Amino acid sequence: MGQYVQSRSYIDTPTRTGMSKRNPNPLRHAGRLGLIALIASLSACDPVVLNPAGDIAKQEASLVVTATLLMLLIIVPVMALTVYFAWKYRASAEARYEPEWHHSTQLELVIWAAPLAIIIALGSLTWVTTHTLDPFRPVARIAEGKPLPADVKPLEVEVVALDWKWLFIYPEQKIATVNELALPVDRPINFKITASSVMNSFYIPALAGQIYAMPAMTSQMHAVLNKTGTFTGFSANYSGAGFSHMRFTTLGMKAGDFDAWAAKVAKGEAGDNAGALDANAYLKLEQPSEKEPVHRFASVSGDLFHKIVNLCVRPGKMCQNEMMALDARGGAGKAGIYNVAAVTYDKYGRESTVPVVAGRDNVPAEARNKAFVRAICVPQGVANPLPADRAAAAAKLSLASPARNPLS
Amino acid sequence: MSSANLTEQYYDLHEHAHPDGYSTTLGFWIYLMSDCLIFGMLFATYAVLGGNYAGGPAPKDLFELPLVALNTSLLLFSSITYGFAMIAMQNGNKKGLTAWLLLTLMFGLGFLSIELFEFHNLIEEGAGPQRSAFLSAFFTLVGTHGLHVTFGSIWLVTLLFQVNKHGLTDANKRRLSCLSLFWHFLDVVWIGVFTFVYLMGVLR
Amino acid sequence: MIPTHSNWTPLLGRLGADAIPTEPIVLVTFAAVALGGAALVAALTYFRLWGYLWKEWFTSVDHKKIGIMYMILGLVMFLRGFADAIMIRSQQALGFGGSDGYLNSHHFDQVFTAHGVIMIFFVAMPFVTGLMNYVVPLQIGARDVSFPFLNNFSFWMTAGGAVLVMASLFIGEFARTGWLAYPPLSGLAYSPDVGVDYYIWSLQVAGVGTTLSGVNLIATIVKLRAPGMKLMHMPVFTWTALVTNILIVAVFPVLTVVLALLGLDRVFHTNFFTNDFGGSPMLYVNLIWIWGHPEVYILVLPIFGVFSEVVSTFCSKRLFGYSSMVYATCVIGILSYIVWLHHFFTMGSGASVNSFFGISTMVISIPTGAKLFNWLFTMFRGRIRYELPMMWTVAFMLTFTIGGMTGVMMAVPAADFVLHNSLFLIAHFHNVIIGGVVWGVFAAINYWWPKAFGFKLNQFWGKVSFWCWVPGFWLAFTPLYILGLMGVTRRMRVFDASFDPLRIYYFVALLGALLIAAGIGAMLVQFAVSIWKREEYKDVSGDPWGGRTLEWATSSPPPEYNFAFTPKIHDIDAWADMKAKGVARPVEGFQAILMPQGTWAGIVLAGISTVCGFALIWQVWWLAIASFVTVVATAIFHTFNYDRNFYIPADHVAEVEAARTAQLAALEKGAA
Repeated sequence: MGQYVQSRSYIDTPTRTGMSKRNPNPLRHAGRLGLIALIASLSACDPVVLNPAGDIAKQEASLVVTATLLMLLIIVPVMALTVYFAWKYRASAEARYEPEWHHSTQLELVIWAAPLAIIIALGSLTWVTTHTLDPFRPVARIAEGKPLPADVKPLEVEVVALDWKWLFIYPEQKIATVNELALPVDRPINFKITASSVMNSFYIPALAGQIYAMPAMTSQMHAVLNKTGTFTGFSANYSGAGFSHMRFTTLGMKAGDFDAWAAKVAKGEAGDNAGALDANAYLKLEQPSEKEPVHRFASVSGDLFHKIVNLCVRPGKMCQNEMMALDARGGAGKAGIYNVAAVTYDKYGRESTVPVVAGRDNVPAEARNKAFVRAICVPQGVANPLPADRAAAAAKLSLASPARNPLS
Repeated sequence: MSSANLTEQYYDLHEHAHPDGYSTTLGFWIYLMSDCLIFGMLFATYAVLGGNYAGGPAPKDLFELPLVALNTSLLLFSSITYGFAMIAMQNGNKKGLTAWLLLTLMFGLGFLSIELFEFHNLIEEGAGPQRSAFLSAFFTLVGTHGLHVTFGSIWLVTLLFQVNKHGLTDANKRRLSCLSLFWHFLDVVWIGVFTFVYLMGVLR
Repeated sequence: MIPTHSNWTPLLGRLGADAIPTEPIVLVTFAAVALGGAALVAALTYFRLWGYLWKEWFTSVDHKKIGIMYMILGLVMFLRGFADAIMIRSQQALGFGGSDGYLNSHHFDQVFTAHGVIMIFFVAMPFVTGLMNYVVPLQIGARDVSFPFLNNFSFWMTAGGAVLVMASLFIGEFARTGWLAYPPLSGLAYSPDVGVDYYIWSLQVAGVGTTLSGVNLIATIVKLRAPGMKLMHMPVFTWTALVTNILIVAVFPVLTVVLALLGLDRVFHTNFFTNDFGGSPMLYVNLIWIWGHPEVYILVLPIFGVFSEVVSTFCSKRLFGYSSMVYATCVIGILSYIVWLHHFFTMGSGASVNSFFGISTMVISIPTGAKLFNWLFTMFRGRIRYELPMMWTVAFMLTFTIGGMTGVMMAVPAADFVLHNSLFLIAHFHNVIIGGVVWGVFAAINYWWPKAFGFKLNQFWGKVSFWCWVPGFWLAFTPLYILGLMGVTRRMRVFDASFDPLRIYYFVALLGALLIAAGIGAMLVQFAVSIWKREEYKDVSGDPWGGRTLEWATSSPPPEYNFAFTPKIHDIDAWADMKAKGVARPVEGFQAILMPQGTWAGIVLAGISTVCGFALIWQVWWLAIASFVTVVATAIFHTFNYDRNFYIPADHVAEVEAARTAQLAALEKGAA
């Protein structure tokens, strides 16, 4: 058991941990202009951002370096001149003194044109890279010099930022994990990302740049991992009390190993098996918790991610996509006013009526009396929380039809 | 050039102090522009959220255009009467000024009453600002305008007292002109509200 | 219509015994503040200073005194904000290897939020506003600002906001959301406590002051310039002040609106920024950054002005490229509106949108670069005197350049994806705000102190402070740059075992912060020593640095009317021009001078507004309504006072100026 739970190594290296193995030869760096100090001190610690394991992150890293070098073209002379002038024209040096010299058209031209030239170069670079490295855009290659195979089928992963842990759903494999993300190497991965309550940012430095995870919205990320090993992922956007521990392990595996792993999880044999992830299990999982250990769900309901994104995992709630479709058709009229029910919905209890975290049951009641819009077709077994007169008004909804979902 | 001449050239030896309220009109304009931005942001918010009915009622279900038309005409008329008040002020006609201002106030209060009546009806129906983002944005935009009219009215009453007490002094004239700017400004904003929120809302 | 709360009572609202914090650190702080406050009150009473303070300072409409009060407010809040910084640094140095550090998340999350809010709104803003208040009217040869009463009111509103932030330390709690309080986290559902309400109302109260102060200074610069001073004759600091205040008036209303909407969400349960019911948290993020990015330039533009003044003064040379400096300032002001989205490239806007905002951000670096070159070529063939202001300027030029570079790096969207929210970002904005704004304020304090008080600051302790601050800064923030490149994110409280090799960086950063602390200490000593030895450091010339602009044409400190005769302007650097021409100061024919009268209204109105803010935070509705009505009534009452000016008699002016003439004569004799 725990075969895949490796110790989380912050220093993300595919083949080794520790900081001293690749002791840099300082002379190797001595020739590099500008970045010397930075690179030298960094290379001792292997900065994952500049030395990642995924092709997208690699391109982003090289962009960081290129942009820096480009700017150093102007930064270095400016700083050197500053020091030189500051020294040369100190009062005690009695250097040449021209108190009335205050204008020079040629010089003005240079001081506006030189930064302009740099910015034109950098701007073009920006335009191109922003489009090619757009996280919403499918990856165009596996790695440098390694084109996308014609029959490649990207791996789909659905990511949910919960308080304060990460849920990963593999819709193809019909499995899910918490705080552990296994990825096959050299296969494009399509992430669909959302959050349950507040904004987070989904970031695996070794793999690719981050993108926000936001409730009721889906963001996407396309990336590819090129090396096996253990990497770290985390939320890069502060999201409340348990934020510091909102970290997960990313495992880079060979394609075969990944399939074996997925099969094992599906059979419940991968350890830390948490059974099936259905709506009820999700609502329980969604409760705020810190330092959540790894869970592996052997199965997962097919529409769970869709419901999470649309804030309607809880039975009886109107899904956001239905609501938006309804709104696009002009709302539900005055009858829609009463199609609202109350639910406990707050920071500590999230969507449940039971405060789960010990010692947090003294939450002000106002935070719990949050309402929601009821689904127009309410599944059986969900109590109607409306007072009788308002329920009658809501029942008159022209769209209401118990047999089917009017919007499907 | 003699030293005295130089001094004369470089110092204003016979200075006249700036008249009282020298910067007031400019300052008030700048303030109005910042207020304009407040409305701009509220309009922008309404533009973004105005279609999010959250499965609830839409403008066409809620707005009663005849009432709004009446309201709009009241406010437009109040601008005209304020204009007449300013003419009376220019002519030094204190009585006329007072009468026109009172009429303006009546129109303003009428406008506010109808707006409150409308809000009351909506909330009574359950279509309060909590029901949807659209209603939140609607109540806030229209309510902010209403608050401005309220403060304009309080200001107007204050000026009535001050004109009554001190007469048509320069200071009072300046204050009346500032309120005039403010009042017409609110009118312009209302035309935006009427068109953008009510008319286009019902058409949508 | 207002939803009720479980523990709400009509009399005290949400205020109950549980509002008193129990964390020992806070209790000790509270005891210290209470004791210190009591001692201060006792001392003021003992020395019978209350009447003096009330009459000469609190109710004063003199722009110089208000400027000084802004600076004092900024300094006091700076100490608070820095205490927060030390707490952050030490918690992050301690929270390793399974240790929870000494701050729990409830406390730590408040600390970093308060640090950001205080440093921007109640340190940098008062400093910058204070400088503009003090210097601008002097530089344009005016007697005061356009609306002296509003000026006093603006100051006290800013102070009122600061009082509310400080109150949150001891009554209730502050926000735990980060300094911009993004919803949904800052919404009622996820932050039901009063913290975010403190955030909203302290900024609203202070924001009123800032906006009005912006209106005031624009009107002042446009209307009250000395005769002959064309726009292109204005000192560069005044230019930057003008652009800054236009920015203030153009963006603070946005902040007001966005905070008001968040407040409505929290109090009336509206749905502007909620997840459900059609709300849009992203709208908040857009709106707050439409304010937030220009805010950065609101802070740094006047500081660019300061450096321009300092460079040309201490290089004994006219500023190189005055007009390109002015155009650069205006261009920066305009561009600052169209870059806001670069704060959230990672929110998933399309590639073209991201590119647009990325490139527009980079374009700002062109005028900024031009400015830097202008300072550089002012030094070229100058005669540089390394007084303290000039030392800060050189440190700024070297440091800010790096900060600018790392900023442009993050303006490249694809590069920002790996750097966003990391410690690299933290290092970047501290690099420009400390290396730019804070050091600029120090340069300004050292530069204009003799003008304000008539004696120079002690140089030794100033240098000690300088040599603690500059290396301290680099020691504190270089590790953060490096950590950022290792993918370490911001606002972390504790670190699991995988971080152990990185602990050393946090230690070094803490060391740097402690060195900065020493720098702050040295600066306080510098102030104390200088005040103690003020006779020794006395400057009677009124022009201790060989200044070039009008503020140096009058005595130090200037008389309340600033100039007995308003100067007439014929060129850039009016005072240098007058000195070059050998213009004699007029010594007779003084006239009575019309000046604005002090008033109680500003401090009283702001005080009641602060009470109103407090009542709104705790939802004590009766008090909120009562105080609001009182504010309106008091304001109306104040408008019945038509008599707001008075004449300083010609005799008195003659007397003051005669003393000055004698002083100058003695000085000349001493020199000869």
